[in-house]
Amino acid sequence: MNAQPAVRFAAGESRPPATVLRWRLYAARVRRNAIGATGAAIILATVACALLGPLAWRTDYASQAARRLLAPSAAHPLGTDELGRDELSRIVHGAQVSLQVGIVSVVIALVTGTITGVAAGFYGGVVDAALMRGVDVMFAFPGLVLAIVIAGLLGPSRTNAMIAIGIVYAPAFARVVRGSTLGVLALPYVEAARSLGVSDVRIVRRHLLPNIMAPLIVLTTVYLSTAILTEAALSFLGLGTQPPEPSWGGMLNAARSYMERAPWLAVAPGLAIMTVVLGFNFLGDGLRDILDPQLRDT
Amino acid sequence: MVRYALRRLLFVVPTLVGMSILIFFMVRLLPGDVVDAMFTGEAGASATAKQSLRKALGLTDPLPIQYVKFVGGVVTGALGNSLTSGEPVSTIMARALPITVELAVLAAVTATAAGVPLGVISAVRPNTALDVAARVGGLIGLSVPNFWFATLALLVTSVFLHWIPPVTWVPPWRDLPANLAQITLPALAIGLYLMATVMRMTRTAMLEVLRQDYIRTAHAKGATSRAVMFRHALRNSLIPVITVIGFQVGTLIGGATVVEVMFGLPGMGYTLVQAIFSRDYAVIEVAALFLALVFVLVNLAVDVLYGFLDPRIEQA
Repeated sequence: MNAQPAVRFAAGESRPPATVLRWRLYAARVRRNAIGATGAAIILATVACALLGPLAWRTDYASQAARRLLAPSAAHPLGTDELGRDELSRIVHGAQVSLQVGIVSVVIALVTGTITGVAAGFYGGVVDAALMRGVDVMFAFPGLVLAIVIAGLLGPSRTNAMIAIGIVYAPAFARVVRGSTLGVLALPYVEAARSLGVSDVRIVRRHLLPNIMAPLIVLTTVYLSTAILTEAALSFLGLGTQPPEPSWGGMLNAARSYMERAPWLAVAPGLAIMTVVLGFNFLGDGLRDILDPQLRDT
Repeated sequence: MVRYALRRLLFVVPTLVGMSILIFFMVRLLPGDVVDAMFTGEAGASATAKQSLRKALGLTDPLPIQYVKFVGGVVTGALGNSLTSGEPVSTIMARALPITVELAVLAAVTATAAGVPLGVISAVRPNTALDVAARVGGLIGLSVPNFWFATLALLVTSVFLHWIPPVTWVPPWRDLPANLAQITLPALAIGLYLMATVMRMTRTAMLEVLRQDYIRTAHAKGATSRAVMFRHALRNSLIPVITVIGFQVGTLIGGATVVEVMFGLPGMGYTLVQAIFSRDYAVIEVAALFLALVFVLVNLAVDVLYGFLDPRIEQA
C-alpha cells in the first residue's frame, strides 16, 4: 500500500501512450482501494439485509412453529433454534440490532467526544486541563471492562448497552478532536476570522468543524466496528439485548448449550458478527488512505 | 532515566485518584443496590429489615464518608469483606488474580511469538502469497470476536477430539499439564486479536525501517542479509511493536473477562461480572480499580521501556 499509486516501468521498456498510462493509474488506484471498496460492499449488503431482509424472508423471528434444533433445509436455510424459531429470520433481525446499537452508541460517543474535544482545544487553560484529565482517567480503564461495569450497573438492556458503549468510546473522540482542533486553530485563517470579530460559535461551525471532518469520519468508521463487537460481547454475557429479542451475541451464547446437537447455531451468528466488523475495518482502512494519509497504520 | 521513570510514576497518582472517584460514584449512584439484589424474589422482606442491613453494611453513611473509607481501605490494604459472601475481598482477589495473570501472559507470549515472525516474513517478502495471506489473516484476526473463536474451538475439540475442558480450575502448581490443557484454548482466543495487531505493526515497522539509509549502508558494507535483518531491521522495528502490545493490554484484560465467564474460569473478570450481577460493591470497586491499575502500570512500564530503547524520547 504505497502512499502514491506508482506506475513503474521495467528498465528498457519504452514509455506507453498517455491513455494507457492514465488507465494504469486508475487501475492502481482501484487496486489500492480494493480493500475499502470491499468493505463498502459488505456494509451496503448488511444494511440492505437489515432493511429489506424481513421483506424478502417473511418468517416471523419470534414464531415457534417449527420443530426444535432442525438442521438447515430449504424451509429453514440456517436451521431452527432451541425453541423452534427460524434462525435465518433471527440473523436478519440481529443485523438491525447490531447496526442500531453500533450507530446510536457511536453517535453518542461522537457528539459527547466532539463537544468535549472542541471545548478543551478552543478554550485551553483550566478547561482543557480539567476535561483532558477526565478523559485520561476514562482511558485508564480497559474499554470492555468499563462497558461491562456501566451496562451491568444500569441494568441489562439494549438501551443501557448503547449508553455504556457511547460513554466508553467518547474519550477516544475527545482526544482526536482536541488534537485536530489545536492544529486548525493555529492556522492563519482562524486568526483572520478572529481579527474580523467573528464570534466563537461561528468560528467553530464555519472554520473548525469542516476541517476536522476527515479524522472524525475515519474514527467513526473504526469505532462502528468496535461498538458492534462490544455489543456482541455484552449480549453474549447477558448484559446487552435481552431475549426473546434476537441479537448475534445473545444467539451465540444460547447456541453454546446445544453445540453437540446443533453446531450450525454456533456458526451463523459469529460469522455474521465477523463479516460486519470486517466490513467496517476494511472500509476504515480504505477511507484512511483517501482522507487522512497521516493516520495510516496507527 | 531513573528521573524520567519517577516523574512518570508521579503522574500516575492523580490518574489513580480520578479512577477511584469514577468507580466509587459510578457504583454507588447507579440504580439498584446490594440489599435489593439480595432480597430479589423475597416478597416478604420488609423495608425495615432492608434498612437495618444497609446500616450494618455501612451503606447509610454519607457518600463522601463512604468514599474516604474506601480509599483508606485501599491504601492500608484493608479491602473489607464481600457484601454477599462475607469473605475478605483480599482473599477473593488473591484467588482470582493468578488465573487472569496466567491467561494474559500466555496470550501475550503466544501472540508475540507468532505475530512478530509473521510480520517480518510479510514485510521481507512483500506481495507474495504468504504476505497476502498474512495481511488478510491479520484483518480477519481483528474482526473475529474472541468468544466466537473460543466457541468454534470448543466445537472442534469436542466433536473431533471428544475433549471438553474441565469445569473447575486446575492450578498450574498442582497439575501443570492439566492446567495447560485447560488454559490453552482460552488463552489463544484472547491472544488472537493481539496476534493480528502485533503482526500488522511488525509488518508496517519493518517496511519503514527497511527503507532507511542505514539498512542500505549495512548491506553495502557487506553484512550478511541475515545480520541486516536481525541486528539492524528487526531491532529497530520492535520499538513500535512493544508500544502496541502495551496499548493492547486493555483489550487483553477485556477479552479475558468475556472468555473467563465463558469457560467458567474464576479469574478477575469472572469475579467482577459476578459481583456486578449481585451488586457486591466491595468486590466491584476493588476488582475494577485493580484491573485499571494494572492497565495504567503496564502502559507506564511501556513508556519507560520506550525511553530506554529509544533515547531520543527522553529528551523530547
